Amino acid sequence: MTETAGPDRVTGPDRVRSAEQIGLSAREAASVPPPHVIPPRDAASWARKVDRLEVNAREGVRGTNVAGRRLTGPVQGFGKMWQKTYRMKAGPAITPEQAIATWKEHFPEFWPKGNRFSGALTGINPGDVALLDLAIGGGVKLSTGVFVLYADAESFTLMTPQGHMFAGWITFSAEREGDETVVQALVLMRANDPLYEVAMTFGGHRKEDKFWAATLTALGKRLGLPHPEVEDRNVCVDAKRQWRHAGNVWQNSMIRSMLQTIAAPVTGLAHLLHHDSRGHDSQAA
Amino acid sequence: MNAPVITMDVRRIGDEVAIVDIKGEVTAACEPVLMSAYEAAIHTSRLVLNFAGLEYMNSGGIGMLVTLLVRANRQRQQLAAYGLSEHYREIFELTRLDEAITIYDDEESALSGVAK
Repeated sequence: MTETAGPDRVTGPDRVRSAEQIGLSAREAASVPPPHVIPPRDAASWARKVDRLEVNAREGVRGTNVAGRRLTGPVQGFGKMWQKTYRMKAGPAITPEQAIATWKEHFPEFWPKGNRFSGALTGINPGDVALLDLAIGGGVKLSTGVFVLYADAESFTLMTPQGHMFAGWITFSAEREGDETVVQALVLMRANDPLYEVAMTFGGHRKEDKFWAATLTALGKRLGLPHPEVEDRNVCVDAKRQWRHAGNVWQNSMIRSMLQTIAAPVTGLAHLLHHDSRGHDSQAA
Repeated sequence: MNAPVITMDVRRIGDEVAIVDIKGEVTAACEPVLMSAYEAAIHTSRLVLNFAGLEYMNSGGIGMLVTLLVRANRQRQQLAAYGLSEHYREIFELTRLDEAITIYDDEESALSGVAK
């Protein structure tokens, strides 16, 4: 048996006994939900189950390649599985809750220049879908999104949809280590398809490392750190590629974004003509 | 990192199956406990996780289960689970972990399922 236990552990049955001990009448006791329907304390932190993502248009981002897509975890990805950890010491004055509250509130502002994150107006809450435009060079923006899988006072997790560069999730957390707070971004991912795997191998991982280092540095400056320092650690958890998921390339948002960029003048003109002809029709009526 | 509030007992069912009874909170902090339990079950071909005693799980806990899944796949072990409440079953479905870890209602159906 392997066991470790912390102090003040309260289990479900103990909670039920204490309810009985406070002397509820039979009628009052009947109104108390049985233990199996008392929601666990993480219930509000998780998103409700979704099969496919739904999004509304948002200003400032293209917003394509997200609606109707399924979520993808490391199980559904193609490439090698990586665990990437980016950590920054935030000092003794900042609590983990303060660090995470700041991160959630200003999340889009910490992204490196050229990248857009358009989340819900209310911040980062379980079940929210954020739309992303990511700079991939040559003036092309990769349009995709992320889903807020989990959020509590000390952490939040984003999960990716089909077509994103990687299948997996990113957990942003803060915790006390000794007398100071450490903030961390932890990425658990596989490249979503063979094209992304090639791109990740030839510069993509390095770009990803720079991206999150820049994000954490920006957070550190917002938290008032004079010289934020970010440590990164990349571990290949599984060197096997999952060839049964090679077909994910069909959903590749990079290819689709390029095609959408090339086709933009034509689709824009088509929308304009369609709008114009509807205007003439309504005038004629 | 905070001390994990978790116990994991490993039960062997014959030579091929091990059941890990998970009681408490599954978070990233309990990785050493889970991996230690896994080491005790490494020589089986079927590993069944019993979540009936699960009280709390965050996204770090789900990440840890993915790591366990990778290890089990490397050892060519079949991984299954049972005892999940409706809430945790939905989390397995949301994260699509249920596509790699077969979920059963109870121990009996899990044992007959992994035996096939």
